[in-house]
Amino acid sequence: MDAARRDVKRHHGLVRLTHWLHAIVLLGMIASGLQIYMAFLHFGPRGEPYPNPLDGRSLPEWSRLGGWLAGGLNWHFALAWPFVLTGLVYLGFLAGSGEWRPLLFRPRDVGPAIRMQLYYLRLRPEHPPQGKHNALQKGAYTFIVLLGALSALTGFAIYKPVQLGWLTSLFGGYELARYWHFWAVWIFVGFTLLHVGLVFLVDPASLRAMVTGWYRGRFPSHD
Amino acid sequence: MTDRAPGLSRRDFMRLGLAAPASLVAACGWDGGPLIEPRLRAISRLNDWVGEKILLSRTRLAREYPVTARSTDFPAYSITFNRTGGFPYPPAGDGWALEVGGLVREPTRLTRAMIEALPRVSYTVKHHCVEGWTAVATWTGVPVSVVADMVQPTAEARYLRFDSFDSDYSNGWDLASAMHPQTILAYAYNDRPLMMQHGAPLRLYSPIKLGYKLTKYLTAMTFTRERPGGYWEDQGYPWLGGI
Repeated sequence: MDAARRDVKRHHGLVRLTHWLHAIVLLGMIASGLQIYMAFLHFGPRGEPYPNPLDGRSLPEWSRLGGWLAGGLNWHFALAWPFVLTGLVYLGFLAGSGEWRPLLFRPRDVGPAIRMQLYYLRLRPEHPPQGKHNALQKGAYTFIVLLGALSALTGFAIYKPVQLGWLTSLFGGYELARYWHFWAVWIFVGFTLLHVGLVFLVDPASLRAMVTGWYRGRFPSHD
Repeated sequence: MTDRAPGLSRRDFMRLGLAAPASLVAACGWDGGPLIEPRLRAISRLNDWVGEKILLSRTRLAREYPVTARSTDFPAYSITFNRTGGFPYPPAGDGWALEVGGLVREPTRLTRAMIEALPRVSYTVKHHCVEGWTAVATWTGVPVSVVADMVQPTAEARYLRFDSFDSDYSNGWDLASAMHPQTILAYAYNDRPLMMQHGAPLRLYSPIKLGYKLTKYLTAMTFTRERPGGYWEDQGYPWLGGI
């Protein structure tokens, strides 16, 4: 083993804790959300449905949490607290520690992101140089925070459409806010599959780093 | 950079990664069981508190819509209809009247004619069902606050219980929501006398709560000190149901 492949401290304890906590809470939020959705399997005003590939179709029992509508609601509104608080602790840590720098996707990352994509498509032989994360990862980790914020905000918009009417209007009204809330679920599911797939295919050492904090793999440098 | 011996092998992490989702999947369809379900309800009470004490405004009005926005399809549920296929019938028939009492100085009994003679409010608003659907309709009735002024609740009164002749259906309300200017005892739907499926002869209506809080087929309105339960609330639905 060469000197470059020594263990490096990659993730702060708070980042690891919030990562895994969010993974579990998000799973519960999605499963209880699907249970709530079972009560009315459509979107849009009655008689004027919005496009929905699942329109009118029941979801399998294994995908749901709560057993019935009230159970789903109680899980969902209880887990909403750790979902939002964990997200805020994570963002607060990033802001306070400066750890946001290697994570935030900025306009200057567009070029490197395209080169990275070309490499993945085997249209470019060399792996582009990178810091702690490559530009595509920065894009993914920035996007997922925005998706989490969108989920929480559309959730509040349909939870209190009168008291938080300004927020509901921002998303185009109650029916549209509920629609975006639902689409966020499938984007979360797609992201997670891709995220876990890439961990195992590209950099399995990063899984250990997210558990213990220590990394010894192909991309040890830091921004 | 720090040297450190790895504590867990890669295979251990693979096992961990597979075991966690499997145990969670096995938990699905689960209301939490005797250990967690009561805690979920306790958090629901916390959410009720936040909803009533922090988010609820006594003066903010729900948006009104033009009558052209009325929904053609407005589902109506009742416990009696779901059980028997027939609408509930008022126990006193044509002699129906609303009993207003509890912790009040001037308890009273209001006939439909007396209620219709009181100051009326009419609005076209969006109805939000806990199931996730919405529908727009026009409702006409007397504000609950007007009736409260007539009976003068005592300082001890903190809640309102609404009873019905729809099997054992009832609801408990916080006073702040009940005294909201858009919370009414409604006797007309889309400018016509209330139909049986919408809760005739008199129902509670408000655009600031979910549909299951809007008691149909009213028989009594009672001011209480203790928080009253409700048909769905006792089974686990959020008690406040405020939106």
